[in-house]
Amino acid sequence: MSELRDLYQEMVLEHARSPRNHREMPPPCHHAAGHNPLCGDKLDVYVKLDASGQRIEDVSFRGQGCAISQASASLMTETLKGKSLPEALKLGDAVHQLMTQDDAEADGLGKLVIFQGVRAFPMRVKCATLAWHTLRAALGNEPSTEPIVSTE
Amino acid sequence: MSTCTTQTAASGRRLDPLLLRAEFPILEQMVHGHPLVYLDNAATTQKPRTVLEALERYYERDNANVHRGVHLLSQRATDAFEAARRKVARFVNASPQEIVFTRGTTEAVNLVAQSFGLQHVQRGDAVLVSHMEHHSNIVPWQLLCERVGAKLLVIPIDDRGVLELDALDRLLSPRVKLLGLVHASNALGTLNPVAEVIRRAHAHGIPVLLDGAQALPHAKVDVKALDVDFYACSAHKVYGPTGIGALYAKKQHLQAMPPWQGGGDMILSVSFAGSKWNEVPFKFEAGTPDIAGAIGFGAALDWVDSVGLGAIAAHEAELLAYATERVRELPHVRLIGTAPEKVGVLSFVFDDVHPHDVGTILDQQGVAVRTGHHCAQPVMERYGVPATVRASFAAYNTRADVDALVDGLRAVREMFRV
Repeated sequence: MSELRDLYQEMVLEHARSPRNHREMPPPCHHAAGHNPLCGDKLDVYVKLDASGQRIEDVSFRGQGCAISQASASLMTETLKGKSLPEALKLGDAVHQLMTQDDAEADGLGKLVIFQGVRAFPMRVKCATLAWHTLRAALGNEPSTEPIVSTE
Repeated sequence: MSTCTTQTAASGRRLDPLLLRAEFPILEQMVHGHPLVYLDNAATTQKPRTVLEALERYYERDNANVHRGVHLLSQRATDAFEAARRKVARFVNASPQEIVFTRGTTEAVNLVAQSFGLQHVQRGDAVLVSHMEHHSNIVPWQLLCERVGAKLLVIPIDDRGVLELDALDRLLSPRVKLLGLVHASNALGTLNPVAEVIRRAHAHGIPVLLDGAQALPHAKVDVKALDVDFYACSAHKVYGPTGIGALYAKKQHLQAMPPWQGGGDMILSVSFAGSKWNEVPFKFEAGTPDIAGAIGFGAALDWVDSVGLGAIAAHEAELLAYATERVRELPHVRLIGTAPEKVGVLSFVFDDVHPHDVGTILDQQGVAVRTGHHCAQPVMERYGVPATVRASFAAYNTRADVDALVDGLRAVREMFRV
C-alpha cells in the first residue's frame, strides 16, 4: 500500500479535489483538446503567450478525468506561468522521464516531483501525461489528432 | 466430469465454487501480495485445466492443417475441428452447417454487415440497434451505412437500462433491413427480452442479429426456439481461448449470402476465369482457421455442460444479488444498470472518485475489475458518466470475492478520505 500512498499523495488528492486554473480561456489563445481514448479522459488546455510570443502569460484547463490526470493538469498550469516556451517543453519531457525512467533527474521540477509515484503504475502514465501532451499540441509543436485552434 | 455437489429443486444442480476454483490454475496466484480476486469476467473468463489440456494435446499430437491432407494427422485435426463445430452447434441448438468459426463476436458481426448487409441494405434504408450496444455492434453497421447511404437508428433505453419496447414498435418500418441487438449488455448487465424483440421484428419481416458475447456463458441460448437469424459469440467469454468465436446464421441466409473474404478452403474450384464457392459454412472460412482455438472452444463448452449452465446462472445470480446489496451499503455509490433481468455484471460509479483511481486501488489489493467505458461509450453518455467500475462474475467466484471487493472499495474511500 505504500506505493499507493506515493501515487495518491496528499498534494495530488488536494489538486484533484480543487484543481487550479480550471477554466476555459476566451480567445485569443492557443488551445488543443486532448483525449485518452483508452479511458475516456478529456482535457482542453488553453495557453496565452505574452507580447513577445515566447513566454507563457496564462495557462488553464478544463476537463474531466481521474485524480492523477486532474492533479497533473492543475500542477502543470501552476508551474508554467511565466515560463518560456523552451522551458515549458523541457519541463514536459522531464516529467515524462520522471514517470518512466528509474534514473530520471528530479532537479528543477519543484512540486512536479510528486509524479515520481506514477512510475510504479505504468498503466497510469497516460493519465499523468495527457495534460502535457495537450499542452504540446496547443503550442503547435507537434501534430495532434485534435485540431489545433490558434487565433493569435 | 461433474463438480456439482448437491441437488436443489430451484436450479436443478448447485455448484461449489471452491471445487471449481481448483480447476483454474491461474486463480491460485498472488497479486501485489494478495490472493487474486478475479472479477473481470465480462472482459474475459479464465480457462479451466480441461481447456488448457485440449490445446496442449492438439499441438502435441494432432497438429496439421484441416480439410486438406490425406495423412493421419490432418484427418485427426479435421475430425477434432469439426467435432468442435458440432459442440458449438449443439450448445445453441443449431445444425453444424449453420456455425461459421470466426475470430470472435466482433468478426461475426462484421461478417454479417459486410456480406448480408451489403446485399440487403441500400441507400435510404436503415439498420436498427439499441442504445446499450457494445461498439462491436455499432461500428460495423456505421461502416455499412456510410458505404451504402443508409441510416443507423437507435432503440432507446430507460434509466434502469431496460430496452424501451414501445419505442421499438415505432421504429420498426419497411425501411429497416436489419435489427442488431445485444443479448446481454456488457456495461449494464441487462438481459434483453430477445424472443419478444425477434417476434416483433419478424412481424415486419426484419431479420435480427443478436450479439451473444455476454449471454452465452450465463443464459441458455436456443437459436431455433428464438428463431433468430444471426447469433454472434466468442469462446473466451465462456471459459475458452481468445481469438475464436462463432457466427450462427440460418442456413438459407448463409447459402444466399456472398462470401466476405476470399482465399483457400472457401472455394470448390479456382480458375482465372472465376471461382466456385465451397458449401456452407466453409464458404465463410477463408484461410487456415484457428484450429486449436476451435478445439479449445469445444472443450470449454464441454466444461460448461459438465457443471451445468443452469447451476452457473443460479450461482451468478446469487452473487450478483449479494454484491448489489453490499455495494449499495457504501456511501456515494450509484449503480449503473438496474434492470430486473440481469447477468452477473455490477457496474457502478462513486460520485466523487473516478473509476480509474478505484481500479488502481482495488488492483493493489488483488482485486481485478474493469474500469472504463467498456467499449460502450453511448451507454456512458446515456448515464452522464465518463466511465464505470465493473465487477463481473463467473462460476468460480465466491461470496468471499465480493467481500474482498467491498473491503477494497472501503479502502478507496479511506485513501480519498471522502
